[in-house]
Amino acid sequence: MLGVANGGITLAHRLAALLPGSPQGVIDISFHRDDIGRNPIPKEFAPTEIPVDVTGAAVVLVDDVLFSGRTAKAALDELFDHGRPARVELAVLVDRGGRRLPLAADYTGLTLAANDAEKVLVHLDATDPARDTVRVVPV
Amino acid sequence: MPWTRRHLIAIEELSRAEIEQIHATTTAFKKILQRSVKKVPALRGKTVVNLFLEPSTRTRMSFEMAAKRLSADVISFDAAHSSTTKGETLRDTAQNIQALNADMIVLRHSAAGSALYLSRLLNIPVVNAGDGAHEHPTQALLDTFTMKEKFGSLTGRKVVILGDILFSRVARSNIWALTKLEADVTLVGPSTLVPHWFTHLGVKVSHDLKSALADAEVVMLLRIQHERQTSSHFPSLGEYTSMFGLNKTRASWLNPKAIIMHPGPINRGVEIDSELADSSRSVILEQVQNGIAVRMAALYLCAGGQPEHVLAPG
Repeated sequence: MLGVANGGITLAHRLAALLPGSPQGVIDISFHRDDIGRNPIPKEFAPTEIPVDVTGAAVVLVDDVLFSGRTAKAALDELFDHGRPARVELAVLVDRGGRRLPLAADYTGLTLAANDAEKVLVHLDATDPARDTVRVVPV
Repeated sequence: MPWTRRHLIAIEELSRAEIEQIHATTTAFKKILQRSVKKVPALRGKTVVNLFLEPSTRTRMSFEMAAKRLSADVISFDAAHSSTTKGETLRDTAQNIQALNADMIVLRHSAAGSALYLSRLLNIPVVNAGDGAHEHPTQALLDTFTMKEKFGSLTGRKVVILGDILFSRVARSNIWALTKLEADVTLVGPSTLVPHWFTHLGVKVSHDLKSALADAEVVMLLRIQHERQTSSHFPSLGEYTSMFGLNKTRASWLNPKAIIMHPGPINRGVEIDSELADSSRSVILEQVQNGIAVRMAALYLCAGGQPEHVLAPG
C-alpha cells in the first residue's frame, strides 16, 4: 500500500489499518514530473519510502484525488524504477473526472463531476475522522 | 515558500532555509543513487553545458555525472580545448552557448564575479562551479551536508578551517554556509594567509594550531593555492608543512571523534600526511560521493526555480 505524496499518505495509513499485514510506504513523484520549469518546486516533500522489494509484489497506489491522471502516471514511473511489481492497482478517495490520460481507478470512494474552474480539496484529519472534509471550491 | 532561484552564484546570498532545502533535496537524490536504477527523468530533454575555463577534475566530473543522473544531455568544455585560447571573451563564448539552445550553464572561471556576470547576461540558469577566490557554493553545500550526516544539527559545532584561507573560494563559501547554520568556526594558518579581518564574517581567527585542534569536531584542510598567489606568503612549502601540516603528532591533539575533511585536490605530505588522508577519521571520499547528490539538487532546483513575481497569485 503506497500513498502518493503528499495527499495520499494519510489515506494509505487509514486503508492499511483496515488491512493488517500489508506493508505500507510512500511514493514521491517529484523527479518524475513533466512540468519542471513550468510549475514551482514545493518546499516540503516526503521522499519515496518503500519498505519491501516491489518486484513480484501486488501494489496498491493510493491518492486523495484523481484528476488528469498525470500524477498516477508519474507514480507508476517512480514505482517501476524500484522494481517490477506483479500487479498495480489504483485507489482514490475522490474521482473528480477530467482525465487527460488513459487511466482509471480500481477503487473509488466518491465520484464527482467537477469542472476545470473548480478545485477539489480533501482534508483527512490525523486525529479526528469526524473532521474529515471534501470540498469543491473555485480555483 | 517554493524554490525561487534560477541561479546558484554564492552562499552569501542564500538564506538558511534555502540551504536546508538544498540539503533536503540532496538527501532524496542520495537515496536515488543507491537504487538499482540510479537515474530520474527530472531534466530529460534539457542540455547542460559545463563551461570549465580553469582546470578541474573532481568538480567537472561530479557536475557531469549529476546532470546525467537527472537525464540531461551534457556537453563539457575545458579551457585547453576551447576558443578562449584563441582569444574569445567569456561573454562571446557564453552567448554562443545560449544560441546553441543550451538550457543551463555550469561555470568555472578564474575571475571572481564571472558567474554573477553570466547570470545577468544570459536568460538561462547559471550554476557557479568556482569563480576565482570568491565562492564555490556546491563545495560548501556538500561539506555542510557531510557534516550534518555525521553530527545532525551544526549549531555550536566546532569547525576548524586550516590552511590558505586568503586565496580559497572553498573557505569563503564554507564560512558563509557554516555561520548561517550557526556552527562555531575558527580559521587557522599563517597570519599572511589568515588575515585578522576575516573576523568580520563572524568567525574566529587563530594562529595557535594546538589549542584549535584540541577543541575541534571537524578539521577542514585546504590546499595552498599557488596559482592565485602573486607574491610569497610564507618562506617555503616545507616551512608551511612543518608549521601547519596535519601529521600524526598534530592529529593526536584532536578529539578522537573529530573528522578530517578536504575538498581536494590533496597535496599529500604538504597540508596532510598520507596516513591521515587515508585514515578512518577522514571523510574525504564521502565528500566526493555527496558531491554528486548536492549537484543534482542544485541543477534540479535551478532548472525548476520560479521567480517570486511568477509565483505571485493572479
